[in-house]
Amino acid sequence: MSASVTFSSVTVTLFEGLVTTAQLFFLTLVFALPIGLLLSFGAMNRWQPFRMLRGTKFASGRFGCALSELRPISLVVKTVVWIIRGTPLMLQIIAIFFGPRLLWGFDLIDRFPSALLTFVINYACYFSEIFRGGIQSVPVGQQEAGLVLGMTKGQIFFKVTLLQVIKRVIPPMGNEFINLVKDTALARTISVYEVLWMGESFIKSAGLMWPLFYTAVFYLAFNGILVLLFGWLEKKLDYFRA
Amino acid sequence: MPILEVNHINKSFGSTKVLNDISFSLERGKALAIIGSSGSGKTTLLRCLNFLETPNAGQIVVNGETLFDAADHSSKSDAEIRKRRLHFGMVFQSFNLFPQYTALENVMLASLLLAKERPDYKQNKREIHEQIEHHAIELLSQMSLEGRMSHYPHQLSGGQQQRVAIARALALQPDILCFDEPTSALDPELTGEVLKVIRSLAEQHTTMIIVTHEMAFARDVADHVLFMDGGVIVEQGTPTELFENTQNERTRAFLSRFSQNS
Ligand SMILES: Nc1ncnc2c1ncn2[C@@H]1O[C@H](COP(=O)(O)OP(=O)(O)OP(=O)(O)O)[C@@H](O)[C@H]1O
Ligand SMILES: [Mg+2]
Repeated sequence: MSASVTFSSVTVTLFEGLVTTAQLFFLTLVFALPIGLLLSFGAMNRWQPFRMLRGTKFASGRFGCALSELRPISLVVKTVVWIIRGTPLMLQIIAIFFGPRLLWGFDLIDRFPSALLTFVINYACYFSEIFRGGIQSVPVGQQEAGLVLGMTKGQIFFKVTLLQVIKRVIPPMGNEFINLVKDTALARTISVYEVLWMGESFIKSAGLMWPLFYTAVFYLAFNGILVLLFGWLEKKLDYFRA
Repeated sequence: MPILEVNHINKSFGSTKVLNDISFSLERGKALAIIGSSGSGKTTLLRCLNFLETPNAGQIVVNGETLFDAADHSSKSDAEIRKRRLHFGMVFQSFNLFPQYTALENVMLASLLLAKERPDYKQNKREIHEQIEHHAIELLSQMSLEGRMSHYPHQLSGGQQQRVAIARALALQPDILCFDEPTSALDPELTGEVLKVIRSLAEQHTTMIIVTHEMAFARDVADHVLFMDGGVIVEQGTPTELFENTQNERTRAFLSRFSQNS
């Protein structure tokens, strides 16, 4: 068996793992970016269903006053984001995959979708904070200028705010994208056969250590492309200041 | 009939009363200057007219049509408020140009978006676009910005940015154009070019409300002057009445503070 392990056969195996890594990466982005944007709107939501209590006798008490100020949507989103960002990603991967097995005795979903689900939830939360920061850093004057020109809220968001937000979130997003590439390796805890798992497998099967270290080349190449891409994007949006 | 009637506007933020029973009217083609010390409620008043704040009481009537009535509790849809807003234009102290668009695009954007709502937009897309562009170029030329149309805001001086903002506000042909201290954010040597533009608008009988600390300018350009203090209109009249035959003690104190400073 070990006799047939060559540099090129390892490379082929690692490429197979890379396909899984890349799938995890891209699918996570496809779902986590829009969900993150929605979560950021949730965190900024100002709906106060108990507002009408304000000024009544009930609201003079401490509890009543807090209730009248309550923004439930924002509170729920912020709590979820706090939990997800406050616990290790690896723990979340294990909990989401093994949780159903412990509770009901069977697997709800397969390994890959389970890992994907965890990454989407986790990264959507991080993205939401980046989007929120980006949106809130656009001066209110931009929105007001749009309003007095008779634009709708949607027009203001898509035609005025969005590009300024994108420009502002590119540097932190670049960081998150690079983190995601490396974090996909955590899927190996539930035996998703991504690059790192493939590299590690040669230790058991052939007693070889070097394929594991060889995986670094794949991560570096992947991230190298991302660095170039983000550099290009930053340059593209260099034509205006915001 | 006056083009604008403001009746008994009140506005509070929490428990602080910022506007207290503000009433005035403005004739078509006239320029109204509003002066007053910091915190007297001038910006809040302009924001109420542009529906950026909702007054707690009072009415705003334009051309005989009641655009806002605090007593009318039927809630207005966003679309209705949006339509009402178009009677007013607003030029902000800090310009608030859209940084990702050129000067020309800044002026055209709102008109283009509005044109998309026209039923004939699909058929006459090209002509409509050309019309809007033509109008925008005309407005920017009127602001002496012929050579700056394809510049982005960060490539323009403050005075040029503010002139683009004025062109942008004029593009939708509002009934009444509001200026909130249009030169306060500018270096002194740049205020002249912006004031010149506003002056020429006054000469063309653009209906305007100008909040300003430039007393000489207000006196020169305005047909009518309002002095506000502590959320009320203390005194109003023609520039001559207000600046030369000052009736009220508070107005006199304010004006003398100003002539000392400058
Ligand atoms: N959103 C707000 N919330 C609470 N208070 C506000 C708000 N906006 C304005 N105020 C208060 O209302 C008062 C009037 O403010 P406003 O900005 O209208 O004054 P102004 O006459 O424009 O002053 P300036 O000459 O400094 O621009 C001030 O005391 C201000 O603190
Ligand atoms: Mg002000």
